[in-house]
Amino acid sequence: MSAAVETDNSGISVQQARGGMPAHHAAIFIALLAAGLVAPFLLYPVFVMKVLCFALFACAFNLLLGYGGLLSFGHAAYFGGAAYISAHAAKVWGFPPELAILSGTLAAAILGTAIGALAIRRQGIYFAMVTLAFAQMVFFFSLQAPFTGGEDGIQAVPRGMLFGLINLRSDITLYFVVLAIFLGGLLMIYRIIHSPFGQVLKAIRENEPRAISLGYRTNRYKLAVFVLSATLAGLAGSTKAIVFQLASLTDVHWSMSGEVVLMTLIGGMGTVFGPIVGAAVIVTMQNYLATMGAWVTVIQGCIFVICVLLFREGVVGVIARWVKRPL
Amino acid sequence: MFELLGIPPQALFGQLLLGLINGSFYAILSLGLAVIFGLLNIINFTHGAQYMFGAFVAWMLLTYGGLGYWWALILVPIIVGITGIIIERLLIARLYHLDHLYGLLLTFGLALIIQGLLRNQYGISGLPYAIPPQLAGGQNLGFMFLPNYRGWVVVASLIVCFGTWFVIEKTRLGAYLRAATENPTLVGAFGINVPRMITLTYGFGVALAAFAGVLAAPIYSVNPNMGADLIIVVFAVVVIGGMGSILGAIITGFGLGLVEGLTKVFYPEASSVVIFVIMAIVLLFKPAGLFGRTA
Repeated sequence: MSAAVETDNSGISVQQARGGMPAHHAAIFIALLAAGLVAPFLLYPVFVMKVLCFALFACAFNLLLGYGGLLSFGHAAYFGGAAYISAHAAKVWGFPPELAILSGTLAAAILGTAIGALAIRRQGIYFAMVTLAFAQMVFFFSLQAPFTGGEDGIQAVPRGMLFGLINLRSDITLYFVVLAIFLGGLLMIYRIIHSPFGQVLKAIRENEPRAISLGYRTNRYKLAVFVLSATLAGLAGSTKAIVFQLASLTDVHWSMSGEVVLMTLIGGMGTVFGPIVGAAVIVTMQNYLATMGAWVTVIQGCIFVICVLLFREGVVGVIARWVKRPL
Repeated sequence: MFELLGIPPQALFGQLLLGLINGSFYAILSLGLAVIFGLLNIINFTHGAQYMFGAFVAWMLLTYGGLGYWWALILVPIIVGITGIIIERLLIARLYHLDHLYGLLLTFGLALIIQGLLRNQYGISGLPYAIPPQLAGGQNLGFMFLPNYRGWVVVASLIVCFGTWFVIEKTRLGAYLRAATENPTLVGAFGINVPRMITLTYGFGVALAAFAGVLAAPIYSVNPNMGADLIIVVFAVVVIGGMGSILGAIITGFGLGLVEGLTKVFYPEASSVVIFVIMAIVLLFKPAGLFGRTA
């Protein structure tokens, strides 16, 4: 979809988009790859996989919020919806993992198109409420639909054989598959942000009437970025379902939509790498505070309040200001 | 026993009453959201938590203070309203110069804090709150049985809703409020203390939510999650009605409650999603909402 839009505007010269990746971004990607390769031998691989899934989810969300300026408060619908489809495909239809993940991702894309087309009819605060309401609709559907298993969710999803060759039962093998999916998704998001399409998005975010007056059909751009974001969130959700062999109501609940907002806020919205940091912080926190019950909710609420009042740039946003380069 | 469209009238009117009661809560809550949004330009995500907090304060007044339902009906809106004023002064007031989205995120965080704290303290099983003795029992209307308390909830919320409408649309104070919604700078230039008006408006909106919480306490068990799911439905109600009109918010709230009740009778599986489906249809054909003004 982005490719089609790019050719529409090929007349516009965008220096950054044509110039390739700046050196410091390339360095960060290489560092991420290196850290990703070492991590499973230092930390518990399932934990790192969880971080990677949520990091991809947050990056996908940030594509919409940070670059499109659209606050969706219902991204759990695509993450959790895709997790259900992927789990169902792997368990009931007997799909191999790659096809299960693909079908979950596709389902998220379709869902994102339907909801996005309706939601972009309203702006700002209404957009957030509309996306939240539709996500709640998906939640109720998941609660009642016969194939989702109600309160139990879909459990014991088989990890299967990747391409019929590689057995994913081993955590380490699966880890490298998840790492590849994460880096692939991140590179795609990076490419979208730095394409002419991404530049138009930023223009719409800054001043939509002006973008319209320049001849851009802003609604098409907004829908396109919404669908891309939902699709990548679906990719993260599908992968998560295979990793944890579980799709449940937690994945589609509104608190999940809130968590991804929080990850992006902590890491720094509108930064490429911020949501990864945010996801790592939140997942680590949940891991260590898991025994504390509802205090996790209280702490998350406090972080929300503190971030909004005092720390709106986020971790990576602050670093980017120090080094005077966009990250 | 005669039947209406294959449905016994007891069931039909019973569900319609239930719908009307849900509609009362939708109406009061969306009214509060609309009043707050009008002046503060933020969506108060804490609204559901404040409704729940209202029910809890009523329960606490009874359990720790021995003050019954009628005292709660007066005291709870005042107490919760004051906490709202403190929140506005300390936190929300710092965000007026920023994008509206930050207000949404801040109030979402506050909702999480309130919910989490009460869940820690009281668990999620729910606390019982008795119907006041004056309103126990019910009337047999011939075609249905009307519990007195449920009738009272509908009447009380109608009074509060139209009282609010009257104050905002027909009094001098309301005129200041509407003027400040249109142009706060100009109203300030006429010597009216707009920041104080904003604070009081937020307090009033929160007090409305708390009042609804007290009304709800004897019907639903008092539990920390009672506001969270409700507020999302209320958001859909607000999107359907549009926040431009006070009367619109009231009519939409009651109307959607009735529609939900009817759906429970004729197609129960869809009753939890019917409001969202209506929202989708409204977005398709009248994106600004039924009573909304196109910006």
